[in-house]
Amino acid sequence: MERDTHFILGVYDDEDVLLHAVEKVRSSGVKIHEVYSPYPVHGLEHVLGYKRSKLPIAAFLFGMLGTSLALTMQFYMMKFDWPMIIGGKDYAAFPDFVPVSFEMTVLLAAFGMVGVFLITSNLKPWAQPRIFDLRSTDDKHIMAIDIASNSSLEQEKIKEILSASGATEVNNKSFE
Amino acid sequence: MQVTSSVRQPLVTGGKTYHDVTHDVSRQVEGKPSKLWFLAFLTAVGVLALGSTALLATLWEGIGMWGLNKTVGWAWDITNFVWWVGIGHAGTLISAVLLLFRQKWRTSINRAAEAMTIFAVICAAMFPVIHMGRPWLGAYWALPLPNTFGSLWVNFNSPLLWDVFAISTYFSVSLVFWYIGLIPDFATIRDRATGMRKKIYGALSFGWDGAAKTWMRYESVSLILAGLATPLVLSVHTIVSFDFATSVIPGWHTTIFPPYFVAGAIFSGFAMVLTLMIITRKVYKLEDYITLEHIELMNIVIIITGSIVGIAYITEFFIAWYSGVEAEQYAFINRATGPYWWAYWSMMTCNVISPQLFWFKKIRTSIVATFLLSLVVNIGMWFERFVIIVTSLHRDYLPSSWAMFYPSWADVGVYLFTFGLFFTLFFLFAKFFPVINMAEVKSVLKSSSEKAHK
Repeated sequence: MERDTHFILGVYDDEDVLLHAVEKVRSSGVKIHEVYSPYPVHGLEHVLGYKRSKLPIAAFLFGMLGTSLALTMQFYMMKFDWPMIIGGKDYAAFPDFVPVSFEMTVLLAAFGMVGVFLITSNLKPWAQPRIFDLRSTDDKHIMAIDIASNSSLEQEKIKEILSASGATEVNNKSFE
Repeated sequence: MQVTSSVRQPLVTGGKTYHDVTHDVSRQVEGKPSKLWFLAFLTAVGVLALGSTALLATLWEGIGMWGLNKTVGWAWDITNFVWWVGIGHAGTLISAVLLLFRQKWRTSINRAAEAMTIFAVICAAMFPVIHMGRPWLGAYWALPLPNTFGSLWVNFNSPLLWDVFAISTYFSVSLVFWYIGLIPDFATIRDRATGMRKKIYGALSFGWDGAAKTWMRYESVSLILAGLATPLVLSVHTIVSFDFATSVIPGWHTTIFPPYFVAGAIFSGFAMVLTLMIITRKVYKLEDYITLEHIELMNIVIIITGSIVGIAYITEFFIAWYSGVEAEQYAFINRATGPYWWAYWSMMTCNVISPQLFWFKKIRTSIVATFLLSLVVNIGMWFERFVIIVTSLHRDYLPSSWAMFYPSWADVGVYLFTFGLFFTLFFLFAKFFPVINMAEVKSVLKSSSEKAHK
């Protein structure tokens, strides 16, 4: 998919106006490229129609991997590879293996999930993001409309829809 | 912009707009460091340098430099370790547990509290590492690495090894949690900056653009990290308490230790957060973000955890008597009336009596009183660990080997070193990182007070 370079931006001041605006704009048949906000707006993902994130599943699977690795490691080392009697305990002293297994579960779940998050969201130190409007990390919500994917609509019509939905500014933005 | 509630104080006062939040926090990062900052930073570096002589002496000569003897084999080192780890509990508690309980007042203090957590854990981890004597070989003793002995593995039955896993997991998960929260705020600073600063904060912000999809995943990640960090934070001090509780030393061998240590950790952690935040809000003029309401709520947490700690002290004493075990009974009588009575009663006064003053609304809403009491609590919590460790050891089963512990200059110096390290890191953080989580404060700026009206 080729990245398009010409956008119409709707600038919103208020999160509640934004939520209604997203609904109005979508119901008028305009496809929204993405909305950029300075802070998480609850319910925005619903009105934009995004599917729930699958990150919890990733966390669970990585957690299970952590538990299995920890238990395998401890039983292998303590019971099979170099068995020793310590404090009169069984070689495979399962209750003693619980703390390390718990910690490794948390460690792998956290790191695995965060790793998946960084990769899927393309977050990395050398990433060069496309910033539509510098105020989107300060105090404005920016709704970006891709002109190419809304070619059935007139640009002026899109701008009217945005203004009517409560945008305080409507701008054009092009990337090279 | 600001909607006031008749039920609760607003979380951010002064009628701040979203742009004000960005400006008030970012200007600390963007401006030239003040003279006061330089003075504070140089003092911290000075303490660090002074303490490093003791650290180097310990590494060069060995732990014989400390005041330890055959009877008291654990003293200031482990006291300082437990004390720092305890302080390192508030940050994750504030950001994880209060997130799960939907306590929105956490948003303006969680950033600095988490930073404090990370720095405190670094200071804590130093002590067991130095105590190894030859820390350059420590990886073989602490981690299950193959070695030339067979492999002879580390002992997974030992609580000291559980501690290695607990502390390192806690440190790394807290660091990740903290950094994920910092990414959107670094992006805010990046978008206000030009030149070199834009490049540096651009790299630190990982190319964050604030897209709704990314925010959705971010929220999901925060919630699960909070869910993971909550049992983690409880497990860490539980396992620290196992270092003592799984032994057979009278005074240590008690099942009450895990909850008692966790409550004590939260108690001291909140006290340290208060100490630092009261200074930070004053110096950075953030009184509208860290309000009296925040200070009062933290003081309430201090009353609760302080009372739990007080009950634990009394329960411990009662159970020692009720157990009928003479050695156990003696350990406790010796704590309260033996040669270390002054340490025991300092602990009782600082930890049990002083936090009860917060029942008075005048005291818990007074900044000066809160600041002084937060120092008292931290002194008390240091004495608690000293009492538990040294008084239980110094009179063991054989009266001929009874001894006293006297700290050497190296003991004091290594403790000073960690203070220097902690404050050096904290001042660097306070200058170069946004001390308040701007994105989260913006997200509660409107909704928190509006919901209260419905």
